[in-house]
Amino acid sequence: MVNEYKLKTPLHEDDIRKMDIGDIVYLSGIIVSARDSGHRRALELLNKGEKLPIDLHGLAVYHLGPVVKKVNDEWKVIAAGPTTSARLEMYEAEFIEKTGVKMIIGKGGMGAKTAEACKKFGAVYTIYPGGVAAVAAKSIKRVINVYWLDLGIPEALWVLEVENFGPLMITIDSKGRNFYDKIYADARNRLDKEIYPKLGIT
Amino acid sequence: MIRLNLEDKLFNATIQLIEAAATWLPNDVENALKMAYEKETNPLAKNMLKAMIENVKVARDEVLPICQDTGTVIFYIKAGEKFPLLGKLPVILKRATIEATNKIPLRPNAVDVFTGKNSGDNTGRYIPWIEWEIEENSDIAEITVMLKGGGSEAPSLAKVIPPGQGLKGVIKIVLEDIFEAGAKPCPPVIVGVGLGPTGDIAMKLAKKALLRPIGMRSDNPEVAKFELQLLEAINSIGIGTHGMGGLTTALDVHVEYAYRHPAALAVAVATNCWAARKSTMKVYSDGKIEYLTHPYLNKEVK
Repeated sequence: MVNEYKLKTPLHEDDIRKMDIGDIVYLSGIIVSARDSGHRRALELLNKGEKLPIDLHGLAVYHLGPVVKKVNDEWKVIAAGPTTSARLEMYEAEFIEKTGVKMIIGKGGMGAKTAEACKKFGAVYTIYPGGVAAVAAKSIKRVINVYWLDLGIPEALWVLEVENFGPLMITIDSKGRNFYDKIYADARNRLDKEIYPKLGIT
Repeated sequence: MIRLNLEDKLFNATIQLIEAAATWLPNDVENALKMAYEKETNPLAKNMLKAMIENVKVARDEVLPICQDTGTVIFYIKAGEKFPLLGKLPVILKRATIEATNKIPLRPNAVDVFTGKNSGDNTGRYIPWIEWEIEENSDIAEITVMLKGGGSEAPSLAKVIPPGQGLKGVIKIVLEDIFEAGAKPCPPVIVGVGLGPTGDIAMKLAKKALLRPIGMRSDNPEVAKFELQLLEAINSIGIGTHGMGGLTTALDVHVEYAYRHPAALAVAVATNCWAARKSTMKVYSDGKIEYLTHPYLNKEVK
């Protein structure tokens, strides 16, 4: 049974813990974009004992490099769909542990290390449909701030206020279960047991 | 009235061409998504397809980028040998890319490999990338822009196999690649397969195959049959829309080939995400512009 939740940041661990893979979330509050360079720099700073420009405890991190436009000195987000999360697998477990972020938003799935961290620290990984960027931008009410623009627009930390951003599907829950595990296991099985034999491929 | 010279017309038309590609998904792709939606039985996949089709409409109606990854700018040029601006084309296309980045806007996606610095305007060493074909006895240039998303580059590969493995070897490479890529390249994808004597030739053909409209088969009946066989096999894997499972992992498969070497069969796979953004125009020597994939523009531009 699929549940639907409306949540607002800061997110609390007991809300996170009750959600299961397949559940849907609509999120309001503050999300912060971070991609490869953003994750890398954040971890470098934290490991040196320094602070991030924004405290991520209880917030959501979005794997996003937006299209933005500056209108009268104010940034406006034009398109804001997710980027491929798999690239962040090498950082995310440590990122969850050290920042206290409670929700990761991306697309395409993440791996076992992230799932382990979600379980241990009470976080979830959710997906938003990739490429649905014009619609996603409509949930972004304003750009609160932007840090690390020296990394380039796609890699900077965009601090965004969102309203009912979703549907976000829980893909890794805080029990460490991964929605994609079964999809890929079934696909592997079909390839080896049905498709290859039918085509005479060994 | 200001009379624009051919160079100015080409510059302006190219900006329009890039904007059309970024904001208006070609009809063949949109129709394929709608068909996938109609027949889909998996509710999760169906919901995703619905959101994607809605996004295509919003982007078109409000002239917004369909996807925030507005891609690497790649031009395919088929130019007549007598096209008056043949030598100037690269400079004009580069200028238009910079202006389009600023105006539409596009996301700046050109990053120096060694310094990590983003140029900020979608140009840089060899970027925008240009592929040329020169045609005899013509003074027309047909220019296609592809805005190639980065996520759907993950499955790109070229591999040389012993020709003895034959087409079965080709099928296995393609299927394993699509399986490995899973949800990462934003399926349903469009798959381009290139076959030939060397890795680079196969890869170029695979990429070029992505330009063919969805549903259009190879003019070689053997190849056409192979395309359909590959498509059916890919869609049997069950990755589905954004990895939700379901019926459609690929919208189409296009195969292009060159004669191979006796000792080598090179196989390349290129994929495009569902938001397969491209647009084509014809530029005549008198400055007339004809938009082929986005004909609604023909009314607006003289």
